[in-house]
Formats: sequence, C-alpha cells, structure tokens
Amino acid sequence: MNTNSNTYTIVYASVIVVIVAFLLAFVATALKPTQDINVAVDKKQQILASLNVRGLAKSDVETKYAELIKLDPVYNENAEPVQTGDKVGEKEQKDQEAFKVANKDIKANNRPLYVCEKDGETIYVVPVKGAGLWGGISGYVALKSDCETVYGTYFTHESETAGLGARITEEWFQTSFNGKKIFGEDKTKVILSVLKKGKTVDGVGPDNFVDAVTGATLTSNGVNDMVQQCLQDYIDIFEQIKK
Amino acid sequence: MGKLFSKENGEVFMRPLNLDNPVTVQILGICSALAVTSQLKPAVVMGLSVTVITAFSNVIISLIRKTIPMRIRIIIQLVVVAALVTIVSNILKAYVYDVSVQLSVYVGLIITNCILMGRLEAFAMSNGPWESFLDGVGNGLGYAIVLVIVGFVRELLGFGTIFGFQIIPQSFYTENGGYYMNNGMMTMPAMALILLGCVIWVHRSINKEEKK
Repeated sequence: MNTNSNTYTIVYASVIVVIVAFLLAFVATALKPTQDINVAVDKKQQILASLNVRGLAKSDVETKYAELIKLDPVYNENAEPVQTGDKVGEKEQKDQEAFKVANKDIKANNRPLYVCEKDGETIYVVPVKGAGLWGGISGYVALKSDCETVYGTYFTHESETAGLGARITEEWFQTSFNGKKIFGEDKTKVILSVLKKGKTVDGVGPDNFVDAVTGATLTSNGVNDMVQQCLQDYIDIFEQIKK
Repeated sequence: MGKLFSKENGEVFMRPLNLDNPVTVQILGICSALAVTSQLKPAVVMGLSVTVITAFSNVIISLIRKTIPMRIRIIIQLVVVAALVTIVSNILKAYVYDVSVQLSVYVGLIITNCILMGRLEAFAMSNGPWESFLDGVGNGLGYAIVLVIVGFVRELLGFGTIFGFQIIPQSFYTENGGYYMNNGMMTMPAMALILLGCVIWVHRSINKEEKK
C-alpha cells in the first residue's frame, strides 16, 4: 500500500486521533474518583495544618478532621449563614457545605468558614487566597474565639521559587504567625503584616507582624496582602461570632 | 530467547547508560534536569516517568513504524507521546498526589523532552519493538542516573537531607550553636547547571580514551 498518498495520510491521522481520544477519556474517567479523594484529603490536611496539626498520615486525616471541625457554614454578603453546615441526619458530623466551596468561588456572598474545637477552645479557620510572585498563593488562617489572635496558619503556592518564595510552605514561617494579633488600636482594620527585617510601619506593633522570608520580598508581600485583604473581608462575620 | 538478550541488544541497552548518555553526551533534556532536581524524590519520580514514557512510546512507534505516513510522522510521534504523558500524569495524580504536586508542570513538559523525540526519530522509526524498548529503557535510565546524582548533591548540600531524612545532624547548624549552614544556592536551578557541568566533566575525563 502506498503510505504516502493523501487519502492514506488523512485516514491514518483521523484513526489515530480517535483511538487516542477514547483512550484518554477512558483513563481520565477511570481515575477521577481517586484523584478527587486525593484533592479532598489534601484540602483537609491544609485546614488541619492551620490548626497546628501537621504530619498526619493520610489515613488519619479523615478521622482527625471529623473530630476537630464541628461546623462549616457558608456566609452571604450580609454575614448571615446561608448554609449552616450543621448536622444532617443522625450520624453525620456535618454536611461539609463550606468544604465544597472551591477557592476560586469564594465571593462576598459565598464565604466559607470552618468552626473547629481543639483542646476545648473554639477556633475559626478562614480560607485566604492571593497572588505571589509567579502564581497564586492560598492558605488558611486560624483565629482564636476572640477573632483577633492568630491560632495558626497554613500557606501553599502554585509556582513560587524553590528555596525562596516557596519557603512560605515551611513550618517555621507559618508558626511565626501564632499568637499574633490581627488588629491594632483600630478594631475595624486588619493590620497583621509580613515585614522585612528592620522595617516598621506606623500602628503596627510587635504583636502585629512577622518577619518576611529572606530573599523573597515579593512573595512575602503577597502573603501580607492576602492575609490582610481576606481577613478584612470577614470582619462583619467576626463581629457576629466573636466572644 | 537467545536473540532477545544478544550482545547487540545488550549494547543498545548499555550504551545510553554511559558512553552515549542522553544528558551528559547528547546534552538532551537539560531543562527538566535542572528544574526537578532540587530534591531527590521528584528527581527519581521524574527519571522513572521519563523511562516509562520513552520505553513505551518507542515500542508503540516501532510497532506502527511501517504504517506511519512519512509526511506526518513527527505529528504521530507527538500524539503518541502526548497521550502517554497525559496517562502517566493522571496516574501520578491518583496514586502519588504529593509528588504530582511537586512535579506540577514538568510532567506535562516531558512531551517536549528532546530525549523522547530524539529516540523516536533516531531509533524507533528504524528498529524492531524489542530493541526499541531496550533503547527507551536505557535512555530513560541514563537520564535518571544523572538526575539522581544532581538531586543527591543538591538535596544534601541545599537542605541537609536525603529523601527528606535529616542527614546532617541538627547540632551542626548555626541556629543550634554549630558552624554549618545549608547552601541556599543549591536549591536554585543555576547551581544545578554548574553541577551538571561537573558531572559532564567527570564523565568525559573518564571516557576520554574510549571516545577516540
């Protein structure tokens, strides 16, 4: 057969494309459930990390999460919980309403909040998202029940420089937020900052800032803006829930 | 069976590991070699992924080599490689999620890894499936060896760990009253290039006589 004729070439290309398309569709569908579980476990791990529960084995994540996270309501623009995230059914811990909200869908009328209880303390976990140097950064900030003191944080990134910006995922940086206050004198403005060593900003006291990552000024600024902006957006909710 | 493991086939498999190494001799696949070697684990996974993909794309192309229209052969090769890469990437996402997060875009970039296209054009298009398989595995492993060497040095000096385990004792570090600091340069791709240069240098000086 003449493998160089036009008809042959076109038919050959079409057949190959159809075969490959079917194959890829099959693999993607077959593996989707496993991948979704991984993504969900990863998200739970991140939330737990913001509660200073790190280094859990994959198999323990689910139970620990169910144990610590009591409610996960979703708030609308008037700071009313539209979905309570309350218990549904007898055995169900919660209906995981906030958990279902993907990071990109967080808007003023769709704000997830995680209400957790650890060592008898009520802790609120707020998802944060922003921009680093090369790509998106996101994470979770856990606040104590006064909605002012940071209990823990977790940050992750899409494509920050390894060894520099990517160090925001390291524990020392995340735990350096612990115990910091998000407000200064003015309780309506979040001033919790990430500052370069030696730099000071008016009104930002020693309780209100953490040291930036050396050599990663832009990523650190990104974390700074992300935390301030996203917590600021939750202030009306804090007003209602704080004790 | 004798023919399967003949001397020629052994040669096909062994050459890319040393004398014809894709990275140090043919200088192919440098981009990913620099990008994923800051730690050992992604380096190993990347090496294995490339090995698997080179081997199987070689076999597939070799099997259909006589039917491929010459005018669109590169496109067909690309389609086969792209399909395999997508499958591997999906499997990684399903079974080793944290590694796939770490490798992120580089798995996708295997498609553009010159080793793959190079082997398909140079070997699989004119050899049988078994030889092509050996050639693919050999080239993949040759690439993996270099990645592992570079990854080993970078992780040891850059983080003080191997496969995530602390090798350099904590008490050595300046924070704990010692006199040692991790070399931050090692975590950057620039240092990988220099290390790679050293690997090539050592490799060439060892093989100087055999080349001539």
